[in-house]
Amino acid sequence: MEIIKLQGTEDTPGIILDAETETMEISGRSLPEDVAAFYEPALNWLKKYSENPGDKTIFNFKLTYFNTASSKQLLEILVILEELQKKGNDVLIRWHFPEDDEDMEEAGDEYADIVDVPFEKVSY
Amino acid sequence: MDKKTDINGFLEFVYEFYKTMKAHEITLVYEGEITHQITKAFTSLTESNMSKDEEPSSVQRRVFHVMVECLQNISKHADNYTSNDHSYSGRGIFLVSKGKNEYCVTTGNAVDNDRIGYLTDLLGNVNKLGKEDLKELYKRQIQEGRLSEKGGAGLGFIDIKRKTNRELEYHFFPISNATSFFLLTSTISRSDI
Repeated sequence: MEIIKLQGTEDTPGIILDAETETMEISGRSLPEDVAAFYEPALNWLKKYSENPGDKTIFNFKLTYFNTASSKQLLEILVILEELQKKGNDVLIRWHFPEDDEDMEEAGDEYADIVDVPFEKVSY
Repeated sequence: MDKKTDINGFLEFVYEFYKTMKAHEITLVYEGEITHQITKAFTSLTESNMSKDEEPSSVQRRVFHVMVECLQNISKHADNYTSNDHSYSGRGIFLVSKGKNEYCVTTGNAVDNDRIGYLTDLLGNVNKLGKEDLKELYKRQIQEGRLSEKGGAGLGFIDIKRKTNRELEYHFFPISNATSFFLLTSTISRSDI
């Protein structure tokens, strides 16, 4: 599978999607000008990955900020991972948050309420 | 009126304007089109000022959140209005003020009068809901996916209320029979809560 590797900028998150090394990660800040266009390649990648997933899928969220427009796209990612889990695959979400950022911690709790996938919270 | 008086009058106005800004502790004011570049410039300017002032990081994060949502509301939802035969869209006024205890982020933009009812209901509802109800509303709204082609202002208002824990203040001033000027102020406490 192709590898997606995007360097984070002041308004777009860094994204690494690499099936070979089993690295899936989104980090940094997310307030892209066109959210749908920005997230489309990552969502397509995940859909394709879901057709032939690894033994264990771990997706890391390490965001420091995302706007409400991005929040829907993040849910899209989680919904794809939820589908994968429903098909009997082993899926884990790692939600990383700065230890002094309650809002980011809570955002993770809320997503964990919405989708039915194991969530692990990691403070740093 | 000769030209010199005109210019003196204008400069006096500018000085008064400056004093009024100082009196209201306004640190940033802008009128015009709100683009993504403008949003990035204002948020990074405000961020660097806040970190110079050593604001607690929770305050910095909340001000950043509120600014982005407010600016996006203008860029996505400001309606057209016509003045002096010139048509404006995606424009508005944007102000940040910094007081002893709080930051205020204020936006103003034209809205069609037939949207006032919808906005009043939306804001009234967000204002009266408590923390838990807002959380539920947010979760519901994010799943329903009714983003429309413009994106969900509903989510933005909910997010602002949740981040500030204060009522959103707003007012509509009539511009014409068809249009009003919609002003919205969000207040962010400077104490680390």
